[in-house]
Amino acid sequence: MSATETTMTDGVAPGEEPGALKQFWRNLRGEPLGLIGLVLVLLLVLSAIFAPWIVPYNPNEILVGERLAAPSAAHWMGTDQLGRDVLSRVIMGGRVALLVALASLGAALSIGLLLGLLAGFGPRWLDNGLLLIFDAVRSFPVIIFALALVALLGPSLYSVIFVVAVTSIPIYARIVRTQTLAMRNNEFILAERAMGAGMARILGVHVLPNVLGPLLILASMDVPLIITLEAGLSFLGMGVRPPTPSWGTILNDGYSYIRNSPWPVIFGGLPIVLATLGFTFMGEALRDIFDPKLKRDL
Amino acid sequence: MLHVMIRAVPGDPASIMLGPRASAEQREELRHRMRLDEPAHVQLGVYFGNLARGDMGTDVVSGRQVTTIVGEQVPHTLTLIFASIAWAVILGIPLGCYSAVRRNTLIDRITGVLSVSVIAIPSFVMALYSLLIFAVALKWLPATGIGDEGFLERARYLILPAFAVGVSWVGYIARVVRASMLEVLGETHVRMNRAFGLPEWRIVFRYALPLAILPTVTLLGVGMAYLLSAAVFAEVVFARPGVGALIVEAVGSRNYPVVMGCVVVTTGLFVVATALADIINALLDPRAREGL
Amino acid sequence: MDSDTENVLEVRDLSLDFGSPRGRLHALRHVSLKVPRGRVVGVVGESGSGKSTVALACMGLLAANAQVVGGEILLEGRDILRMNQDELQAVRGRRASMIFQDPMTALNPVRSIGTQMVDIQYRDRITDSEKRKRAAEMLGRVGIPDPRSRLKAFPHQFSGGMRQRICIAMALLVEPALLLADEPTTALDATLEVQIIKLLERLQSEIGCSILFVSHHLGTVAELCDDVVVMYAGEVVEQGTVRDIFGNPGHPYTRALLECDPGRIKEKTRQLPTIPGDVPDVLNVPPGCIFRDRCPRAFERCASESPVAHGAAGTAEHLARCHLLDGNSEGA
Repeated sequence: MSATETTMTDGVAPGEEPGALKQFWRNLRGEPLGLIGLVLVLLLVLSAIFAPWIVPYNPNEILVGERLAAPSAAHWMGTDQLGRDVLSRVIMGGRVALLVALASLGAALSIGLLLGLLAGFGPRWLDNGLLLIFDAVRSFPVIIFALALVALLGPSLYSVIFVVAVTSIPIYARIVRTQTLAMRNNEFILAERAMGAGMARILGVHVLPNVLGPLLILASMDVPLIITLEAGLSFLGMGVRPPTPSWGTILNDGYSYIRNSPWPVIFGGLPIVLATLGFTFMGEALRDIFDPKLKRDL
Repeated sequence: MLHVMIRAVPGDPASIMLGPRASAEQREELRHRMRLDEPAHVQLGVYFGNLARGDMGTDVVSGRQVTTIVGEQVPHTLTLIFASIAWAVILGIPLGCYSAVRRNTLIDRITGVLSVSVIAIPSFVMALYSLLIFAVALKWLPATGIGDEGFLERARYLILPAFAVGVSWVGYIARVVRASMLEVLGETHVRMNRAFGLPEWRIVFRYALPLAILPTVTLLGVGMAYLLSAAVFAEVVFARPGVGALIVEAVGSRNYPVVMGCVVVTTGLFVVATALADIINALLDPRAREGL
Repeated sequence: MDSDTENVLEVRDLSLDFGSPRGRLHALRHVSLKVPRGRVVGVVGESGSGKSTVALACMGLLAANAQVVGGEILLEGRDILRMNQDELQAVRGRRASMIFQDPMTALNPVRSIGTQMVDIQYRDRITDSEKRKRAAEMLGRVGIPDPRSRLKAFPHQFSGGMRQRICIAMALLVEPALLLADEPTTALDATLEVQIIKLLERLQSEIGCSILFVSHHLGTVAELCDDVVVMYAGEVVEQGTVRDIFGNPGHPYTRALLECDPGRIKEKTRQLPTIPGDVPDVLNVPPGCIFRDRCPRAFERCASESPVAHGAAGTAEHLARCHLLDGNSEGA
């Protein structure tokens, strides 16, 4: 992997040109799916931020008389088996999803960055050891690993964040490691070290900028997986504890009553689909724009 | 690599077993019975020693051997996984091949967009929706369970779950096959085939496709991880027995030995799958045989 | 035209464009050449001269973005460019066959040599074992030891030189009237190159087919070919017999090529001579002679008028497109 090539073409360069934002918009317009993705993502983020203000009902408020109602003007997405408004629960569920995503990404990125730098710059045995662990975690069936961890920690929001973070770390660590390794033997790095530059400076000035672009792109492609994992765990009852609404728990509730009313299931799954599609489209478009080299026909 | 995994997770039972239990005396008794009062590395050693002899411990609740419990469920999960692979391959390879040979036609474009989208949709959502549409709403197929004895019966109950698990892979495989075919079709040996006047269909099916399929085999081996994950959900949603359903239930009831057993077995399946992929690859690709 | 049966291949005034993101590349312009029956014709030129394009065009094997804008390619009197897919298939691997530059990628890796050699005989109504026999025979003729058992082997089990021999065997197995060879020795080292050339020489005299031999290696062409066509940036600039071209080059480009050929340099020098300048862009073809910018003897007429073919020293077939050969011009 030629690290020197990527220096010039990754996300850092556009900021230096005048009208870079315009250029970016032009590129984005060429990717219609990406635009759709962006719209969906914005929808999710905005609804999550403003959730408390835009929910029509209290998501936990039980309206006994209106159990399992079909969509109507009063309840756009109908109600669940306890008479709670599904739309409100969906919006709040979005909050949970986003929270988990941000928290676990934050943790995974920082720890991954650290580990990757260590693996790249540290001694061989550390590198090999870390690599082994990365590979092992990454290739293992995610949900089984997650379930095992939940068995340890007990189901809760924090367990979910922890589990998701742990499963994501290897991906970021790997990229950081590759870049670090490549830079390690790079000529101008050696020159700097010869001039007495400290490790921190090298890492901060050279490795970080190169790594940020790919990391961010990877992160946006990772969000769908995170959302899926959180919803999946919640669906199995291993995630967020009731009565907190999560898209997964809405689905779980709906599943039990699927023969009575299909609506909770439909509307529980819908936001998941839209969110994952949105982030996937956006992530792919971003990747195509900023670093076509990462593009593989996957 | 997998040994690390296996070693890493069992590190947990040391603390798992110290999880919340009934009363202090029960805890003490349990601890002693499970030799938890001995240092960690001894525990690990004992566990692996037992494992080597095929003993995964005893289920705390029912007292049955974990090996038996898990072993009973493995065939069900395997059936589901094979059926899903069959779905994905039977639909995916022709779609990918067609997309490559007839580029930029409607089918190609639709397949392209669909494969990106469907991959993103989580398997359990897919499972729930297909349950909703085909079993509950349309009532074409049975919703839950695995059916009574008899191949056809079992097969009927298998269609929907296998579809739910396999469908996201259809797109994935189609993409890979398409990319692979396009690459192969541009290579010199295909040009040479044309130079000798071989009919296009013969070139595609006898020369290009066998070569283009090879990456798919490796892909399936690696993809076993995803398939196992999806199987967990499919088993829960469609109320089928299997390792997935078992582990969910075990986690819920804090049945640690069973959880451990499931993890170990899953790891085993995974290893076997990758090895199998290598073997099949060698069977199909003469170049790979040298390495074996 | 009575020359039809004499010439296995005749390219008449072929002009061809490639579509590209930058625009239309005029890859071939008014290219004409002839391959008489039983003769070996070499096409020489630098990379980008269009020589490979001509060979591929003769088989109708060009990429999808290639568009013929004029001319004909007559293979045994029939125009390749006007044929439909079925007619082309009937001709390919029967009347004409081809060998390519890189032997390492020219054979399908997952099918055995035997399978591939039997498949190319798919039109023959003989048994499979007959086909295998013919294949083994041919392998023997090109110098593959123990051919019968080698039929079951796969391409990756052979070296590059062996693979090229196998390709030659396949090409000649179908008993073509014309063998097109697109730089078959470029990817091989010098010793192997000599062996392959000698092999081609021998087989050509045994079988009697014509060969269109594309190469940028002058020494090989001098050794193997009877006639030579010199191409530059998509145009034919000179043609004649081997003696004509190598003994009395008529075009400044040919002369420069010969001077630069490392194999011909007699005195010790520190630097290998090169032709100064770059190959012109075929996107916007400048008027006048295509070699003008790099020609040491260019004058005013060269910039405005594209030269026509004039007779040059030697045989009657020796033609070069240079104003200097025009008896009427006031050349420098």
